[in-house]
Amino acid sequence: MAAEAVRRPRPKGGGAVPFRALLWRFPWLRPVLLLTPPMAWFVLVYFASLVLLLITAFWSIDPFTTQIVQVWNTNNFRIILTEPTYRAIIGRTVGLAALVTVTDAALAFPFAYYMAKVASRRTQTLLFAAILLPLWASYLARVYAWILILNHSGVLNWSLQSIGLPAANIGYTNTAMWVVFSYIWLPFMIIPTYAALERVPDSLLEAAADLGARRWRTLRDVVLPLAIPGVVAGSIFTFSLTLGDYITPILVGGADSTFIGNVVYSNIGIANNVPFAAALAIVPVVIMAAYLLIAKRLGAFEAL
Amino acid sequence: MSSGDRGPAGWIRLGCSAAAVMLAATACGSSTTTPGSTLQQPPTAKMAPLASIGAGEGQLNLVLWDGYADKSWVDPFTATTGCKVTQHPAGSSDEMVSLMKDGGGGNWDMVSASGDADLRLIYSGDVRPMNTALIPDFTNFQTFFQSPPYNTIGGVHYGISLQWGPNTLLYNTKKFVNPPTSWNAIYDTANKGLVTVPDNPIQIADAALYLSKTTPSLGIKDPYELTQKQFDAAVTLLKNQHPLIKKYWALATDEISLFQNGDVTIGAAWPYQTIQLKLAGAPVADTIPSEGATGWADTWMLATKATHPNCAYMWTKWVSTAKVQAMQALSFGETPVNTKACAEMEALQAGSCSQYHADAPGSYFDTIKFWKTPIAQCPDGSSSCIPYDQWVSAWTTIKG
Amino acid sequence: MWARMALRAWAVLVLLFLFVPILLILFYAFNTSNVQSWPIPGLTTRWFTATWNDSSVRSSLGLSVQAGLAATALALVLGSCAAFAIHRTAFFGRDAVSLLFVLPLALPGIITGIALNAFFSFNGISLSLWTIIVGHATFCMVVVYNNVLARLRRTQGSLIEAAMDLGANGFQVFRDVTLPLISTAVVAGAMLAFALSFDEVIVTTFTAGAETTLPVWIFGQIRHGILLPEVNVVVSFVILVTIIPVVIAARLTGGGGTARVPAAR
Repeated sequence: MAAEAVRRPRPKGGGAVPFRALLWRFPWLRPVLLLTPPMAWFVLVYFASLVLLLITAFWSIDPFTTQIVQVWNTNNFRIILTEPTYRAIIGRTVGLAALVTVTDAALAFPFAYYMAKVASRRTQTLLFAAILLPLWASYLARVYAWILILNHSGVLNWSLQSIGLPAANIGYTNTAMWVVFSYIWLPFMIIPTYAALERVPDSLLEAAADLGARRWRTLRDVVLPLAIPGVVAGSIFTFSLTLGDYITPILVGGADSTFIGNVVYSNIGIANNVPFAAALAIVPVVIMAAYLLIAKRLGAFEAL
Repeated sequence: MSSGDRGPAGWIRLGCSAAAVMLAATACGSSTTTPGSTLQQPPTAKMAPLASIGAGEGQLNLVLWDGYADKSWVDPFTATTGCKVTQHPAGSSDEMVSLMKDGGGGNWDMVSASGDADLRLIYSGDVRPMNTALIPDFTNFQTFFQSPPYNTIGGVHYGISLQWGPNTLLYNTKKFVNPPTSWNAIYDTANKGLVTVPDNPIQIADAALYLSKTTPSLGIKDPYELTQKQFDAAVTLLKNQHPLIKKYWALATDEISLFQNGDVTIGAAWPYQTIQLKLAGAPVADTIPSEGATGWADTWMLATKATHPNCAYMWTKWVSTAKVQAMQALSFGETPVNTKACAEMEALQAGSCSQYHADAPGSYFDTIKFWKTPIAQCPDGSSSCIPYDQWVSAWTTIKG
Repeated sequence: MWARMALRAWAVLVLLFLFVPILLILFYAFNTSNVQSWPIPGLTTRWFTATWNDSSVRSSLGLSVQAGLAATALALVLGSCAAFAIHRTAFFGRDAVSLLFVLPLALPGIITGIALNAFFSFNGISLSLWTIIVGHATFCMVVVYNNVLARLRRTQGSLIEAAMDLGANGFQVFRDVTLPLISTAVVAGAMLAFALSFDEVIVTTFTAGAETTLPVWIFGQIRHGILLPEVNVVVSFVILVTIIPVVIAARLTGGGGTARVPAAR
């Protein structure tokens, strides 16, 4: 009946019931209809852009006019892979991103555990609001505030001296970047970790205790496995956000703080070398692709 | 309506398909450029400049250095011409070049580009010739700045000179009781961890200038026209300098807070930083060392796709007048190109004219090596000089 | 219970770490000097008047709100569609599609930024408010998608089946069962999406053209250094204005264990 209805030309305004019937007849139609708008956006805008970026990476520029020359070559990649400077920059960026991720996980886990399992309902809400609030305070202003804290005559050294300790000379170093990145991205680690821990039923912890498990054993064998997807989900953000940043290195970094992002950014401006910038930008894309595949295995996507 | 999904989803689907068609339609318009020989003319060389200034378009969008369109001279300009000024301050020459991509993209009308960006803008066709006859004060400019090599090619003016200044040696007066007199101070291991220099590939020219005096055997004549051997020597000098650097400053405010907070005691700077630091009470002074200095000179350039050309000419006319030149010079800490600005400067701040060398004789400009984009073509006509893209990659390796 | 005490102490330290820089921002809004150094040379309220009268602050704030609202609206429609589609049906390639949908959040903002920039310039689209909105919507969509999908996963499918069995049609089920169940997730997703858009600077840098959003304005001031206290005033203002909505959002999402992550820069 429904199929027949489709074939027949329909009078105006009478489409409602047969459309429903159509959805009933072809169950795949509903997801297709739902998926079309977002997929269209993704394919036409986002992927088209990414593919264009990938293609651009194989072009070059005329050194004199700085116009793009659309001639296929792999010179950009050859330079990135053979020039030790770029290897050092990539190593530094990835290393610091990993360090920041581990730091944030270590800072966030006890905090999220406290929020989820110890704090009262009211405190829980307030703490959650306290984690969300920094997202509204400008990222740039917060990074800039750290210059005030870490510089030679800043808040940190002032405090250290007033309690009789020697000054810490960490302003404009990679240590400063480590601190600031860990600070800036911390909420992005706390939120999914908290969400994962919140879902661990209290009854499970009680059962473990009843069975005589020691506190550490419960933590290791019961809580951690359930929390890991949350932590991995958070790590996607802390890792990726650090990997692509170029503003924090400009503001709080020192003489040895060039990041992938800085080279990408300056190549787009300098000599207009978009092809080289594109080639270098492929590096974090590849790294993140590998990271995401691992994260998916660890169940992080359910916890995103 | 009996289905919850059909309404909105169907509507969006329609919208998305329409968008798809539009995108597909616009996706067919890219241009290819053939690799050029170094002797080519700038792409816009044949573009006829405006013959006379018409009615204003009511709007003017500028890419500029911070402070180049201060309220004190923008407001009267808008009041008399009706051109509303939108400004986008750029952090570096490179940012300017990238903003001006595609002739300003229809977004930007003018850019206050420095000499290290000019040739890049000119040869990529992003700026177009300007008619100096429409700028009455042009004839009052220092002769050097009427047709300087960085903005005038084959007699065609790709912009109107504005202001200039030297790159100075800035130091903390408490740490340097005897003022330094040589650029040697920023290459000296005695100042390890206390030095800052600009994060700019053109810094290689500063090293070359220093080498031209300290190592004459290299035969460096012009720090922007370097052979491979000369270039390598400058890069080596900067690589050796790297361990001494606290930070390569990217923004003028970076350097200000570095000096203000005692993180560095010496560095390469602009007079702007000195003025701001002195205002904040920091113990600093600056000097032009015995080796001489590089300098910047800025030019207002007209975007190829400028949509408000009449307002752009009115603006250029306005900022070239002696009074505005003097105001800008004193607020930014730089020197006007209009010789008539000297009296105006004296009126605003006694002694400032000679302090800023606004009354300097023509020979003075030989001691300042003004920024220009390094190109492959050497003065002897050969193509053995190192072009700017290699300066950029060398700078990346210097910074590591 | 020393373990509880230790956890509480840890929580206090983490909160201090998170809020000391923010307190500094509030404090330096009263700085007499525009060069920021410690200790503060003196206190003044003149920057509040100066900021209030600064037309560039108002226009950039207005532009950020416009861009944020438009991007969030687009993201709500597209993100919810995607979440429903992925949740309801198992189809070939669903895993791949769900992986693709998180890319705008998982790839660094500079990638999204330069890719979109190349795309716009290749297609001859000049940069404007619309290109900012397109850039922001691309990652905001993922925030909404994640929030709604997570809630749907936790929703009992049996509730919907029961409603259907009781004779409700598709629209009634959506209006009376599904919508109430997911509404808080949608609100929370929208708020996070707006917050991200409002503070986004990297993607914006590459898609803004002549437009100045609030973060772009702030970056300009940081570079210029003359009006730094105004930056602190504006940021303080935004924090104070958002405290109440943020607490409400925390209420909506915090207790239910459906906290979703934002992110993208």
